[in-house]
Amino acid sequence: MTENNYNEIMKLLCDRLEGVSNSNVQITSETNIISQLSIDSIKLLNLIMEIEDTFDISIPINALTDVQTVRELADLVYKIKSAS
Amino acid sequence: MNLLEKLDASAAARKALLPDGVGAFGIPIEEVYSATEARIGDRRVLLLGTNNYLGLTFAPECIRAAHEAIDKEGTGTTGSRMANGSYFGHRSLEREFADFYQCDSAIVFTTGYQANLGTISGLVGPGDTVLIDGDSHASIYDGCVLSGADIIRFKHNDTIDMEKRLRRLGDRVETTLIIAEGIYSMLGDQAPLADIVKLKNAYGCILLLDEAHSLGVLGETGQGLVETTGLLKEVDFITGTFSKSLCSIGGYCVSNHPQLEQLRYVSHPYIFTASPSPATIASTRAALELLRKGSHLRKQLWQNCTQLYTQLKEVGYLLGPHPGPVIAAIVDTPRQALLLWQNLLEHNIYVNLILPPAAPEGKSLVRCSVNAAHTTEQIKYVGDTFCKLRSLVC
Repeated sequence: MTENNYNEIMKLLCDRLEGVSNSNVQITSETNIISQLSIDSIKLLNLIMEIEDTFDISIPINALTDVQTVRELADLVYKIKSAS
Repeated sequence: MNLLEKLDASAAARKALLPDGVGAFGIPIEEVYSATEARIGDRRVLLLGTNNYLGLTFAPECIRAAHEAIDKEGTGTTGSRMANGSYFGHRSLEREFADFYQCDSAIVFTTGYQANLGTISGLVGPGDTVLIDGDSHASIYDGCVLSGADIIRFKHNDTIDMEKRLRRLGDRVETTLIIAEGIYSMLGDQAPLADIVKLKNAYGCILLLDEAHSLGVLGETGQGLVETTGLLKEVDFITGTFSKSLCSIGGYCVSNHPQLEQLRYVSHPYIFTASPSPATIASTRAALELLRKGSHLRKQLWQNCTQLYTQLKEVGYLLGPHPGPVIAAIVDTPRQALLLWQNLLEHNIYVNLILPPAAPEGKSLVRCSVNAAHTTEQIKYVGDTFCKLRSLVC
């Protein structure tokens, strides 16, 4: 995994989050997924399943307890993908 | 945002869905007249939003048993199953559940919620994995969180998606618990148990099936989905509740694995709570006996289910894929669902309102729960009223 891979992950997450967000907030790496994007818990969990399929990885739901921002989600995906 | 402000934010979100004055959640029931009728405000309403599937809430055998237990043993055990809370009745009910499922052992929990919490958190822990259906009940999610195991979801009732996720787990499948439900509470659909069992055997996992909504409803003797599919022996652990077909409160887990007994020593939701009251245990034992012999009740229940499901389907309501005691009209917006719910209540029919994120796929549900005590006329009135109100959700 490289910096390019990380940037790809970040871009994909921003695109996907924009698709499910109920907010007009401009999504950046520091955007808070729950409080700023008004994404309910089920939408977020469904999004995680899509991300799992995209990268062919398993993302445990419980790992999301440490995730607030888009950057933290990208870090988690990058870490799991790197280890797989 | 401080702790109290977080609750204010949550209250604001609730108000956005439900304007002030609309008490759809936690509606006060002033009097209960029977298994099918009660008073809400000054209305005598038909109850179509309870889980009283066999209609046994006023069964004389259950009421008599509860009265006798109170007279003999008092109002509560005041202690844990681990300490002073395992009376003759608790142990007898466990034997009766084991016998009912032709299993070696059973454990009784204080609530159905705790049965899932206690079983799941006793079976798996940090480093293990739980693979759960995306539409799982909150008690399953919470049990998984309590366990500390890694939680992976698969798409609802989609075994192709489930296998994809099993494959990704690699060697971790050895310590993976798969969890499914006999009947899912939102849309009333059933798990594809035969396909799930094939996968659990192919990958060498353990399978837990929650029969909360299917106990008493499915199968000749009412065991649930394990009985209609003939797969009783293939399911490792079965959990369920007393608060639906058995008309009391409590929960159970049955299994042929001797390790089930160890849950009594490791499961906090089993240990750190008072055991069910003597009256609860006594009425549940009487209800289990009625349930086992209740094929006539199941016949009537399914007649009622089919009547309502068919009528709603014919008039164009979007429903779950299977007829059954849970019949949910799926509507696009919370506003439409609320309007339909309010109009039904104005026609003296109480049903459940379910709004996102509790409802699947971002939809809203107006959910009926049919029971064996509803008369043909009552079901027809409900069906006719839904038909009359169809334009509200078009």
